[in-house]
Amino acid sequence: MGRRRAVSLSAVSAPPIAPASDTPFIVRLEAFSGPLDLLLHLIRHQEIDISDIPIAQIADQFLDAIDALGLNEAADYLEMAARLLRIKVQMLLPRPFDEDDWEDPRAELVRRLLEYEQIRELASWLGTQAEFRSERFPRGWMPPGPEPDPPPLVVDLSDLLAAVERVVEAMPQPVVHRVIPRPLDVEGATRRIVALMEERAELDFRELFTTTDITVADVISALIALLELARTGHLAVTQPHPFGRLIITRASPQPTV
Amino acid sequence: MHRRSQLFEAALFSAARPLSQDDLAALDREATAEEIAEAVEELRRHYQMNGEHGVELVEVAGGFQLLSRPEFADAIAQAHLVTRPRKLSGAALETLGVIAYRQPVARAEIEEIRGVSVEGVLRSLQDRGLIDVVGRAEGMGRPLLYGTTQTFLELLGLGSLDELPRVEELSVALRPLAEMGEL
Repeated sequence: MGRRRAVSLSAVSAPPIAPASDTPFIVRLEAFSGPLDLLLHLIRHQEIDISDIPIAQIADQFLDAIDALGLNEAADYLEMAARLLRIKVQMLLPRPFDEDDWEDPRAELVRRLLEYEQIRELASWLGTQAEFRSERFPRGWMPPGPEPDPPPLVVDLSDLLAAVERVVEAMPQPVVHRVIPRPLDVEGATRRIVALMEERAELDFRELFTTTDITVADVISALIALLELARTGHLAVTQPHPFGRLIITRASPQPTV
Repeated sequence: MHRRSQLFEAALFSAARPLSQDDLAALDREATAEEIAEAVEELRRHYQMNGEHGVELVEVAGGFQLLSRPEFADAIAQAHLVTRPRKLSGAALETLGVIAYRQPVARAEIEEIRGVSVEGVLRSLQDRGLIDVVGRAEGMGRPLLYGTTQTFLELLGLGSLDELPRVEELSVALRPLAEMGEL
């Protein structure tokens, strides 16, 4: 069964153009949501066949309509005006003998206009739907409104004093200074590395950590020790790839320059 | 009123959401589809009768729902019992339309379809919670992609995006575009 109400096909706004005797169109531009809206209105209001738009006439009417606009709000409209004028010029160019080769310069504009017309109809449907909805309230509908103001605060003196008491009690004793012993042990790490290097010619950095209970401090200690040993020339550290293995070797007795 | 209509009335009153055909059928397993439709119709007429009621039975997107009559909306809203959402501008509705059908969609595509800059409209729609950023597109600049939210559906009283009119249902649908084939 049809759950949906009939799709409203009317445009969002009533035609803001009033036909007069000498001036064919008076356009209130603020009634339009953009250049496509205005263009579509000019076309539909004059019952022009959209597949054969008299581009010169429409371009002139379009320019007349945006004449009153300030430069800032006109930006979107000016781009369309330029487009219309270009199409107008292209239409004046001689067509090839073979009509099949001729591409109508209006085609892209027409495609956009029809696509936009669809969107405008959708907008109208959405507007009607929202309007219908906003006038009828269901049970227990919680509107997405602002939170109500909290009720005014009522306290007596004893409540207040009790609260102060609690805060004061909860305040921590002032801490003057706390010394955290630095758990780095560079000397120990240096001894371990030197001892290992006496047994082996080559060592992976990760082999320095054989136990499972490694702390960050252990790794940092080992790294500092390693860098220091490398700096003093006791051993060499190479890393073939970025983030690759870190290989520790005995320093060559005759360091090459 | 028949007993079945009364049952439906009680159920519609109790539920805070529209009741679908299936919901109604679940209330009375023995009733046929015609009998359910008859009961709904009786209830609808009951509320409509001589304007004696402040609520009416309305067919909405998700099924049937008891809704207050529009002539009381102003009084109810003025008493701050419910808040009516602010009306959306034409530009906002068009932008919502593009997003609803093309989501996830980047700003450039919305601007291409609407022929205007939509930066400000997007921001205000996002502030109202009707749209949100749902991702980023691949490609140059990885532009933000927008989509509609649950609040959008609630504003329109829709159960899901499937309840939006299908493109074929629009009067200007693809018919003229098909004719454009020769152009």
